[in-house]
Amino acid sequence: MTAKLELKSVTKSFAQQKVVDDVSLTVATGEMVCLIGASGSGKSTLLRCVNLLEAIDDGEILLDGFDIAEPSLPPDPIRRRIGLVFQSFNLFPHLDVLSNITLAPCRVLGLEKSIARDQALDLLERFSLADKAYSYPDHLSGGQQQRVAIVRALAMEPELLLLDEITSALDPELIGEVLDVVRKLKAQQMTMLLATHEMSFAREIADTVCYLDRGRVVETGAPEQIFNDPVKQRTREFLARVSG
Amino acid sequence: MPQLTRRQRHDQKIQRRSLVISGLSLVLVVFALYVLIPLAPGWQAVKTSFFNWDILVRTFPKLLSAFVVDLKIFLWSAPLIFVLSLSIALARNTNRPSLFPLRLFGALYTDLFRGVPVILLVYLIGFGIPGLGLARPYNSPYIWGTVALVLGYSAYVAEVFRAGIDSVHSSQIAASRSLGLSEGETLRYVVLPQAIRRQVPALMNFVIALLKDVALLSFIGPIEVLRQANVYKSLMANFTPYVGAAIIFLCVTIPITRYADYLMAKQRRQRIA
Repeated sequence: MTAKLELKSVTKSFAQQKVVDDVSLTVATGEMVCLIGASGSGKSTLLRCVNLLEAIDDGEILLDGFDIAEPSLPPDPIRRRIGLVFQSFNLFPHLDVLSNITLAPCRVLGLEKSIARDQALDLLERFSLADKAYSYPDHLSGGQQQRVAIVRALAMEPELLLLDEITSALDPELIGEVLDVVRKLKAQQMTMLLATHEMSFAREIADTVCYLDRGRVVETGAPEQIFNDPVKQRTREFLARVSG
Repeated sequence: MPQLTRRQRHDQKIQRRSLVISGLSLVLVVFALYVLIPLAPGWQAVKTSFFNWDILVRTFPKLLSAFVVDLKIFLWSAPLIFVLSLSIALARNTNRPSLFPLRLFGALYTDLFRGVPVILLVYLIGFGIPGLGLARPYNSPYIWGTVALVLGYSAYVAEVFRAGIDSVHSSQIAASRSLGLSEGETLRYVVLPQAIRRQVPALMNFVIALLKDVALLSFIGPIEVLRQANVYKSLMANFTPYVGAAIIFLCVTIPITRYADYLMAKQRRQRIA
């Protein structure tokens, strides 16, 4: 397998504090990598760096072997290749579901409006949201909003999908429907980097699990190894804490 | 009949009492206005010079047609204000170094024009610029009066737009940029539609204020409703035409005010829900 995404010694600080500290990580094409770690361990910041929403201080971010962290590069053509789904959905409240999904394909990819609509309706159909096409985000449940947000990212046909704590803002009974969407994407071999608090989900779905603590990678490995037989003391302590 | 709970009986008692109190005070106020005002020594004089039915009926049609002039000035000023104020707001929001002069200009502009009464702008621009010796039609008080209104109002309305733009959460911008939309596309398709929608009630208040302030142009020439009333006042030695003009304004502004209040209440409900 070839590396879709490779991080080399990525470092990012906010006001003297290193939030991401010398992180190196590889996501192969079609692979699902889960980032686990306590709140504030740098998972979200790392994802925002990969999407170039935050500029990194040092290191390299290679997408298909090409360093996208080069400061002189225009970010927009790179961002459209990488999808990002947020913890708080961030749907556009003034647009209905269909327009939320078609905005970027129409404006950025220059797709014909009717083609973009058909594609969006197809996607909505696939994720059982077809009846919500003309609803506004405020009238949807959190789980539905998050599924629409995933569809919105997918409509750009990203090569890499970043999922940032996508179930953390949801009521427990709504988490399942969102995770089902991720399972579907995994079955379609979507390349994904996911930050999560759902340990059992990470264990079930990840090809590789990466434990972050205070911005540093503590341990990376297959889920069975990380969850059953962690090498590092800190990983063991973290897993004991979260499994409570 | 079902037995009322303790709470329901209590609430009912309070409600009955407040009904009685508000009814009584209304009756008292109306009584005072209706009975006491005519007792004032000057009432007869005021009545004949302000509330003269004959004069009202005779002057009203002409006042109404003069009001069309106000409406016209309003209708061409409002879009100009919309465009200019939005441009100023955007200029003040830019952070590109190349556009720094624009930002500076925007800040200076709002400081200057918000700090001067609109009536003074009307005088200074309305008399001053034609005083440069411009040829007809370019010395028209319609043009320079409109310019004064547009400059004065845009300074305020620009601040309304700026507040609206600032109120759109940064996560919306992040979502838009993450989809590959550029800064300009994000502004146009994501930020501005939300900003403007959010400020509609505030903008409605400026619509009402502008509609009334068009009457300020009466000082520099156009025969609009206030000036027409003024003419009648001199002609008939009677103030009733002013009351007629006020009635015309109210017929237009009250529905708009109600509508603005309705929009504001709706927005408040949405924010709570």
